[in-house]
Amino acid sequence: MNAQSTDIATYNFAYLDEQTKRMIRRAILKGIAIPGYQVPFASREMPMPYGWGTGGVQVTASIIGPDDVLKVIDQGADDTTNAVSIRAFFKKVAKVAVTTETAKASIIQTRHRIPEQPLSAGQVLVFQVPIPEPLRFLEPRETETRKMHALEEYGLMHVKLYEDIARHGRIATTYAYPVKVEGRYVMDPSPTPKFDNPKMHRSPALQLFGAGREKRIYAVPPFTDVVSLDFEDHPFEVQTFDQPCALCGAENVYLDEVILDDHGGHMFVCSDTDHCEKRRADGHHGHLAPETHSASEKMEPAE
Amino acid sequence: MTDEPLLRVSALSKFYGSRVGCENVTFDLWPGEVLAVVGESGSGKTTLLNCLSTRLLPSSGTASYRMRDGLWRELYRMSEAERRFLMRTDWGFVHQNPADGLRMTVSAGANVGERLMAVGDRHYGRIRATAVDWLSRVEIDEDRIDDEPRAFSGGMRQRLQIARNLVTGPRLVFMDEPTGGLDVSVQARLLDLLRGLVTDLGLAAIVVTHDLAVARLLSQRMMVMKDGRVVESGLTDRVLDDPRAPYTQLLVSSILQV
Repeated sequence: MNAQSTDIATYNFAYLDEQTKRMIRRAILKGIAIPGYQVPFASREMPMPYGWGTGGVQVTASIIGPDDVLKVIDQGADDTTNAVSIRAFFKKVAKVAVTTETAKASIIQTRHRIPEQPLSAGQVLVFQVPIPEPLRFLEPRETETRKMHALEEYGLMHVKLYEDIARHGRIATTYAYPVKVEGRYVMDPSPTPKFDNPKMHRSPALQLFGAGREKRIYAVPPFTDVVSLDFEDHPFEVQTFDQPCALCGAENVYLDEVILDDHGGHMFVCSDTDHCEKRRADGHHGHLAPETHSASEKMEPAE
Repeated sequence: MTDEPLLRVSALSKFYGSRVGCENVTFDLWPGEVLAVVGESGSGKTTLLNCLSTRLLPSSGTASYRMRDGLWRELYRMSEAERRFLMRTDWGFVHQNPADGLRMTVSAGANVGERLMAVGDRHYGRIRATAVDWLSRVEIDEDRIDDEPRAFSGGMRQRLQIARNLVTGPRLVFMDEPTGGLDVSVQARLLDLLRGLVTDLGLAAIVVTHDLAVARLLSQRMMVMKDGRVVESGLTDRVLDDPRAPYTQLLVSSILQV
């Protein structure tokens, strides 16, 4: 074990002790064996508050090796507090290489987005999940929701979608949109926008989900069917945007609204910063892109 | 009606430790028949109802149900999945307190549609049309379809609960004090409605009540319970007009005359 003898406090490789990692790996393996099933695990205290990705960090810590290359995104961005801190954390406790480039990463820990660039076989996507139970807001009893999963009683999930249509005339759920995995378990894909749901379907990458506070791990193995729930007369559809990204001109990507001033000025830009940078480096630009290329200096990961 | 009963109950007992919930209850229920179970509080009516609806497992005894395909199944030997499926398709359960039987935070339409979605209906328009139809059958205005039951009066909630249970066309409905806690005029309307629905749909029902008037109006046959045992059973009119067991005589003579 690669204890760091020079530091004041010495940590095991990737922070967690080996017993804990074995325990989490067992949960992950079980999750992979039963796609979409929530496996309980003994979630540990992590040096960060619940809600900041303790589940995702534990999953990453259990699967990461010295040769891995880690990318961490928070709402698609590589440069926000959560992403920067978790990247710095693993750089320190596991001494692994980090990157912001989707294609170069072997493990991508994500909070609420799936990268725009299609993932490839061998990559692992680790989701941070706040509430793993898709039925929770309709049925508060855990004993009951577990039974509903066991008996495949998923009528209630459609009650939620029915309510949406009754109130808004369409399915208004835009994130944490429930999916059915491999025709069996209904799963909450964590609060990713439903825009990303189709990317989970038969993805060549392994997708792992960790919920630290709720102590659940679940998984979608590569090339697994992930189908968004819908009604025959109200089929599932993803969000569309009226305009392309203001910086890189990309269409058919997920955009964030950025407020520019206090006079109502705003722009829509790619939520996936790596994708946006890459496109700008390739010479694409949107209507608000600065003439000089400032992207590379602006987006430098701040460690 | 067929020449076979729908439900056969034999020597059913439920003990809570050394206390008796209900003991040695035996009866047959025929299709389209309404059976009232009456008695004072603590007499084991609700325990019996919960055992029959498989919400409780009895200590001993058997109950068999004739499924839609004509096969007899023993209720307490069925898997939980099968029991729950039966519960939301071929059976209904009307609780005394509508809040126990309804989802109070989703709209009336979704409450009625839930069973349809649970058995695999995935067409919004169809589900909604069925919900509208059922709301009108239980005399709830169509424009209340998107309101939550929290905004409904007690009588409306109870009618909504009935619609929610009947939407899958069940053959057997359990009712636990369906008119309890409602004022008399609302009670009368609800009883009217229930009587109409039971006759129209040919429902079999087991109604637990302490109100002999409800039993008289709804049921053809009745069982009187005391301390967990059935003390008298027979046609409702016979039991009420010519009670034989001393306890039934006491019960009948205790009705307040207005």
